[in-house]
Amino acid sequence: MMRFGKALLVAGALIVAPQALIPVWAVQPDEVLDDPVLETRARAISRSVRCPVCQGESIDDSDARISRDLRLIIRERLLAGDSDSEILDFLVARYGEFVLFDPPKSGTNLILWLAGPVTLLVAGGVLLSTRRKTRGEEPLTAAEQARLDEILKR
Amino acid sequence: MIVELGHFALILAFMVAVVQAVVPLWGAHRRNAALMAMAGPAAVTQFLLVAFAFAVLTRAFVTSDFSLAVVTANSHTLKPMLYKVSGVWGNHEGSLLLWVLILALFGASAAWFGQNLPVALKARVIAVQGAIGVAFLAFSIFTSNPFLRLAVPPLDGEDLNPLLQDPGLAFHPPFLYLGYVGLSMAFSFAVAALIEGKVDAAWARWVRPWTLAAWVFLTIGIALGSWWAYYELGWGGFWFWDPVENASFMPWLLAAALLHSAIVVEKRESLKAWTILLAIMAFGFSLIGTFIVRSGVITSVHSFASDPQRGLFILGILAFFTGGALVLFAFRASAMQAKGLFGLVSRESALVVNNILLAVSALVVFIGTIWPLVAEMTSGRTISVGEPFFNAAFTPFFVALAVILPPGAMLAWKRGDIGRAMRSLGPVAVLAVAIGGLAFAMQTGRSGLGPIGAALGAWVVFGALWDLWQRTGRSGDRFGRLRRLPRADWGKAVAHAGLGVTIFACAAMNAWAIEDIRVARLGESYPLGSYEVTLRAVNEVEGPNYLSTMAELEVSRAGVPVAVLYPEKRVYPVQAMPTTEAAIDYGFLRDLYLVIGDPQQGGGWAVRGYIKPFANWIWAGSILMALGGALSLTDRRYRVAAGARKPAGVPAE
Repeated sequence: MMRFGKALLVAGALIVAPQALIPVWAVQPDEVLDDPVLETRARAISRSVRCPVCQGESIDDSDARISRDLRLIIRERLLAGDSDSEILDFLVARYGEFVLFDPPKSGTNLILWLAGPVTLLVAGGVLLSTRRKTRGEEPLTAAEQARLDEILKR
Repeated sequence: MIVELGHFALILAFMVAVVQAVVPLWGAHRRNAALMAMAGPAAVTQFLLVAFAFAVLTRAFVTSDFSLAVVTANSHTLKPMLYKVSGVWGNHEGSLLLWVLILALFGASAAWFGQNLPVALKARVIAVQGAIGVAFLAFSIFTSNPFLRLAVPPLDGEDLNPLLQDPGLAFHPPFLYLGYVGLSMAFSFAVAALIEGKVDAAWARWVRPWTLAAWVFLTIGIALGSWWAYYELGWGGFWFWDPVENASFMPWLLAAALLHSAIVVEKRESLKAWTILLAIMAFGFSLIGTFIVRSGVITSVHSFASDPQRGLFILGILAFFTGGALVLFAFRASAMQAKGLFGLVSRESALVVNNILLAVSALVVFIGTIWPLVAEMTSGRTISVGEPFFNAAFTPFFVALAVILPPGAMLAWKRGDIGRAMRSLGPVAVLAVAIGGLAFAMQTGRSGLGPIGAALGAWVVFGALWDLWQRTGRSGDRFGRLRRLPRADWGKAVAHAGLGVTIFACAAMNAWAIEDIRVARLGESYPLGSYEVTLRAVNEVEGPNYLSTMAELEVSRAGVPVAVLYPEKRVYPVQAMPTTEAAIDYGFLRDLYLVIGDPQQGGGWAVRGYIKPFANWIWAGSILMALGGALSLTDRRYRVAAGARKPAGVPAE
């Protein structure tokens, strides 16, 4: 009885969401290119391309159908002799900048890239300038100096 | 009926929290001992009430009380008991209740363990803790009430997301929350100190254990989460720079900075204002993390309960507490006069550099996390920021941190001698370079990542051990002295060594992992690195609430059997969701990681195999870090200080 109940559940689930039960897996064996150099490039590219429909996964990790399509497109372009940047441009033209996990280093994105180094420089500068101010800020007063000399003499 | 009692207890806890937030604060202001004395009992009462509410919710999950909306949406009668219990916090409402419970626990702990605190400081700390409790209890009761009933209870529930049906759920969130929420103590101490206008060595000595404890929990929580991702998600990744991961990483970085700068306050009465600021920011970032996870403004694999209204509420909490504390800081920071001056080359300076690097790396993570949001709001561009950015922008700061760590840790307080520290570290540097060179010689035609990681890891690990050894003097019974060194020294060495181990392991795993994707036929063998893998069988297996396709793969090396692994592909019918269950043979030097995929049209099964070198070292390093923190926490000066009433200044080493 139990088994039957489960079978019913599975059947019900299949009707509701047939797609969900047929997982298309991240990088399938049939996608892998014969040329290991091209395949390595393909993997490198697909790791930096975001799956357009998932939540924050690269198409290399994602098991969505569109990710598989994109992986296949990348390999097609590679076989056609495109360079890595040409392929990325092609994907951006189709799906927008959104798919790039590595945001282009141009325009306002420069703020993103430079925030860390600039803050470090500013922090270093502030630190050094405050140090210079504090250094020698508290010279001994004459009385203190006299007292110190007295102690040292003892 | 019991559910209503739990609901009532939660509302009562809210009322008690209001009293806890207002009365002691007023009492401290008026110097009224009776009002201040309200703090402790109120904190304990609030904790007991929330604990009761939590127990009631747990009971509802365990007994599958589907009249509760939360239980219906996240549980199922067939779900194994472990996940019925851990499922309590596998959803927004329940996890928020856990958050509030831990918050109340910390408030009560301040009452229990804070007997030696000055009365006014204790009252203020507990009051601030109570105020945070008010905000989060209100959030729970008004926007995310776990005790809402359904008018018509269904026959069975909708089950828990299968990805969450894992022992990882039982341990990862509680530890993470202990860390996140633990930082609220540092925050409360900071705000209390700002109200009093006094920060001294004694204050630092009280606040440091709480920060250390929070940091230890956060370390364990993050490590558990990363390990969970590693074995559960099916491709052996352990860190994805996902917004939610970043949300836990930023407070970790800031807490690490805070517990280092608190040392300077404790030992040298310097960096006071900065330490207070860090305490505020560390908790501020854990609130930002909560906001990111629960508002859904930033898409993430982990986010649950994407609800703008809830997001707005948390944003309000964030603005009130962080903003309020910062305003207070702006008014009072000038009162935090530093006493101890220090030279440009000194332990203090090294710790300042440590703090700057940690804070800047936290900033990089923060900018990278919110940049998509900023870009969309300002220029309408929808962009993504992912792994390539973080690897390029974050790593340099951390590498710099690792490079300066050993000499910085050996410098003397007040005025150090960098030349002497470097000369002392000479043998360690030689060893590190040799290990890097060895790694370079053993790998073929790969990037410099592995060797550099190996050298850097060795530099940090052996630098930490060398520092410990140097502390035993020049001659005589060095081993005896080593044993008698303060626990804090041991803690420091162990934690730093753990960091080195983790740095090395992350680099090694990224540089030297082997991946293999192929179609395997039954009975056929194929090579995976230096191993032979044979697909023996693929069976259909029935679990308690799932159906599984289980493969049997035999792994051998040079004819000697190594392991038989059973990777699975599961389908959870209620949620109609497939999951992959990787099978892993854990080893000291490598993990064998096998995943079964779909049957192929021409026969055979898709199989993925990985050799993950030094995988366990990532988590071993994290555990060492946590262990180091725990060792430090048991240092004599905290235990003795617990009995001592006189808050004397701490002499420099």
